[in-house]
Amino acid sequence: MQNNAIQVIGLQKSYRQLHVLKGVDFEVEKGSIFALLGPNGSGKTTIVKILTTLLKQDSGHVTVNGFNVVSKPDNVRRSISLTGQFAAVDEVLTGRENLVMIARLWHLSNPRQVADDLLRRLGLTDAADRRASTYSGGMRRRLDIAMSLVGKSPLIFLDEPTTGLDPEARIEVWKIVKELAGNGTTVFLTTQYLEEAEQLADKIAILHEGRIIVSGTLAELKKLFPPAKVEYIEKQPTLEEIFLAIVGKKEK
Amino acid sequence: METIKNYFFMDMSVMLGRSMRHVFRSMDTIITVTIMPIAMMLLFVYVLGGAIQTGTDNYVNYLLPGILLIAVANSVGYVSFRLFTDVQRGIFERFNSMPVARSAALWGHVLTSLVSNAISVVVIIIVALIMGFRSSAGVFSWLAVAGILAMFTLALTWIAAIAGLSAKTVDGASAIAYPIHFLPLISSAFVPTKTMPPAVRAFAENQPLTSIVEAIRALLSNQPVGSEIWVALAWCVGIMLMACGLAMRVYKKQG
Repeated sequence: MQNNAIQVIGLQKSYRQLHVLKGVDFEVEKGSIFALLGPNGSGKTTIVKILTTLLKQDSGHVTVNGFNVVSKPDNVRRSISLTGQFAAVDEVLTGRENLVMIARLWHLSNPRQVADDLLRRLGLTDAADRRASTYSGGMRRRLDIAMSLVGKSPLIFLDEPTTGLDPEARIEVWKIVKELAGNGTTVFLTTQYLEEAEQLADKIAILHEGRIIVSGTLAELKKLFPPAKVEYIEKQPTLEEIFLAIVGKKEK
Repeated sequence: METIKNYFFMDMSVMLGRSMRHVFRSMDTIITVTIMPIAMMLLFVYVLGGAIQTGTDNYVNYLLPGILLIAVANSVGYVSFRLFTDVQRGIFERFNSMPVARSAALWGHVLTSLVSNAISVVVIIIVALIMGFRSSAGVFSWLAVAGILAMFTLALTWIAAIAGLSAKTVDGASAIAYPIHFLPLISSAFVPTKTMPPAVRAFAENQPLTSIVEAIRALLSNQPVGSEIWVALAWCVGIMLMACGLAMRVYKKQG
């Protein structure tokens, strides 16, 4: 029980007649990367909102870092960070000002220092004093993630962190997520890209029609399917690999 | 819970600092809330004023209260726009998933409206002084004027907050500004109501802006305020309480 960062039992939620979550069960181990997979509109964001105390469930038992989301929302908020579906950065402010603002709201004693460190860590130092409205999609997402790292929360929610990003920016985000998990942070990730889950997650759960239909490690999920047949096919580079090879060379 | 309460004012000052930056970095906002009212004051005094019979020899004195209300009225569309963007961009969600006092974000916007309007009112009064505005009002009258203007600002700000929080599109959020822009024009802000046709006059004399204008005018010219000031305050406080309650309900529903 204490090894679980998140525990969800029998979670249900409806919006008027629309029954989005029909009894969702899963748990997330501390220090792991957990990926919630599902098509658009399957209720991934609804689950994230309930776990981050933004939305109340109709029924079911949800604990985050050992705190019940309904009865102890303040404790939950103190132990998590949310990076929502759309990069929630203040576009009028500069990157640095965004981070300082969040650090002040966490009541940290040295907001400027925290901001500088995170800017360096996420490669935004050069753009620190430009308004966020001038940032590219990838930079904006990095700033967004940096804002979620200010509170040094042991559990981070990333709701579709790479949707709308170009391949390079996506790989940057993956690197950040791996680093986070390497430092012991629990990462709860939603995605609609199978590859992303495959790349990052220790455990994968698939949400379909309001329920988790399968969950487990990638190896466990693979076992559910008939054993692979051995076939010989010529491996052609994917367009993504070609793109990255060309762009990568130019940058270096 | 306790600790979060203690941080309320700290959190709110962070929010205030943030949206004051929004005000100062938006040329559009500065033009609409300060430069436009000043331009109108110049236009009315130096172009139209000569032909307007108000029964006083100093038209700037007559005009200033209305110009101040127009400045405040012009600003509330931006309040609702700023709130709308925060809701849409997920910024409120970010704040609400943090250990931040729940209503600090909303109060930050309201306070920003008060502070930024106070600044533009002071600037406009300085320009009016240069243009020949003179007042024999004492300290208490000035305080009363400040109080009425603050109440008026809060009333309009909370109305704008409802629009900003519940709108589905940017246009919807800003649409609230139009009827509010119109009110000062159909009041005694620019000309006495005496010359208006009966129907328009009935509306002008019984809408809140006229009593607020008259109360401020009386206070600034050191004349007995009579019942106008109570009518003005009743309007402001009534609208403010109703709109504030409604806005809070919309805000809590979302969070």
